[in-house]
Amino acid sequence: MRPVGELLVGHPFFAGLDEEIIRELEGCARNVHVHAGEHLFREGEDADSFFVVRKGRVALDVHMPDRGHMVIATVEAGDVVGWSWFVPPYRWFFDARAVGEVSAVSVDATCLRDKCEADPALGYALMQRVAQVMYQRLQATRVRLLDVYGADHAG
Amino acid sequence: MPAESGTTLLPPAPAGDPMVPRPVRVESVRRETRDTVTMDLRALDGEGLVFAPGQFTMLQAFGVGEVPISISGDPARPDLLTHTVRDVGGVTGSLCRVEPGDLLGVRGAFGRGWGVEDGRGGDVVVVAGGIGLAPLRPVVLAVLAERAAYGRVSVLYGARSPAEMLFTDELDTWTAAGLDVHVIVDVADRSWTGRVGVVTELLPDAAFDPDRTLGLVCGPELMMRYAAAALTDRGVEPGRVRVSVERNMRCGIGLCGHCQLRGHLVCVDGPVFELDRIGPLLTVREL
Ligand SMILES: Cc1cc2nc3c(=O)[nH]c(=O)nc-3n(C[C@H](O)[C@H](O)[C@H](O)COP(=O)(O)OP(=O)(O)OC[C@H]3O[C@@H](n4cnc5c(N)ncnc54)[C@H](O)[C@@H]3O)c2cc1C
Repeated sequence: MRPVGELLVGHPFFAGLDEEIIRELEGCARNVHVHAGEHLFREGEDADSFFVVRKGRVALDVHMPDRGHMVIATVEAGDVVGWSWFVPPYRWFFDARAVGEVSAVSVDATCLRDKCEADPALGYALMQRVAQVMYQRLQATRVRLLDVYGADHAG
Repeated sequence: MPAESGTTLLPPAPAGDPMVPRPVRVESVRRETRDTVTMDLRALDGEGLVFAPGQFTMLQAFGVGEVPISISGDPARPDLLTHTVRDVGGVTGSLCRVEPGDLLGVRGAFGRGWGVEDGRGGDVVVVAGGIGLAPLRPVVLAVLAERAAYGRVSVLYGARSPAEMLFTDELDTWTAAGLDVHVIVDVADRSWTGRVGVVTELLPDAAFDPDRTLGLVCGPELMMRYAAAALTDRGVEPGRVRVSVERNMRCGIGLCGHCQLRGHLVCVDGPVFELDRIGPLLTVREL
């Protein structure tokens, strides 16, 4: 198995970052494999890590009393899951479930936050990337809010 | 490439008076989704209806009314006219309730189509949202009929939910035939193992060379705006991105002016337009 630092270096989320900076994260990171149907985390739990998805698909679910579990987004290989680790109260808002077999690098949130505090260059580089992910998800969410395929729009 | 240069962009002249509907018999009806059906129609006079992918007909439910509906069938089968109709109101509701044996009226085919043949020798990216896959199905079938003439061909399809996807039984066939098909829905329950999100999120999965790609986009206008922008952001020239614009129509042949959009008559200059001709007007509703 490849060392975890190498997996981070090759991941699109970290593209453009100095390898040296990425290596700083190595001590916070570990390789995880999650079987189909198992959870990476569940709603309400402490957001103590974030996941760099290498293989497979992760579904973000929310349970609705009248509709059961609804998938509100999926995250693919090459992307990352979760930013609750970064914003107080550091708690997950959704369930994250492996749709098939998932390989990811789990990065410990406390360790990561400490490193960001200690090294603003690392912190800034990471924030840029997290902000990018947040921005894309927000845009996608806004578009879906408009329900463009709804009955008022023949298409 | 300027649109006018693609010869099959020009509508084949409909036989006879274009204002007089030809009677067609409903041969079969398939329910696609809760509110959408696909119907196969055959002309009573036995004469086929030659069309280019992207063209539409004025489809008439006798005694109810007439609406523009894109042709969703196989361009190699002019004997069988196929339409996919979503029930949104009076006429479409009536059309969605037809049964085999019923008679309908058809005028057309009208309008300027996708000109998919301009994509020969290069890559093609088809982006469809909701019922927007219906006008693009003839494109897919035309490409499959001469698969070797095209490079990489991607079909990116977004729908509101898995239950509201069209042509679900065909999507796998298209993949098996060498197309790169990706699907995404706005929301799903846990039984869905595919992607959830917006259709533009599929674009990074599509492999194409922007310099030799033809992008064809059809769906709700907001979705088309974002999808077209995503294609140009990837480097596809606006002149090589085509969208199908829907505006209310009456005559279908450029006489009444009902579907006017600034300098364009959607029924004859469109419904398919290059992004560089129509882009800013996508935000304009009716004029
Ligand atoms: C070139 C072209 C191709 C089309 N292809 C198809 C097709 O393949 N399948 C299909 O189901 N529909 C298609 N349409 C849309 C279809 O023509 C309309 O849904 C239909 O005219 C609505 O008529 P109605 O009497 O059923 O509804 P109405 O009672 O007239 O209207 C019901 C509701 O639908 C809305 N509506 C009406 N027309 C449109 C429209 N063009 N776009 C968005 N909302 C509209 C109205 O604002 C109203 O809210 C196409 C339209 C055009 C212009």
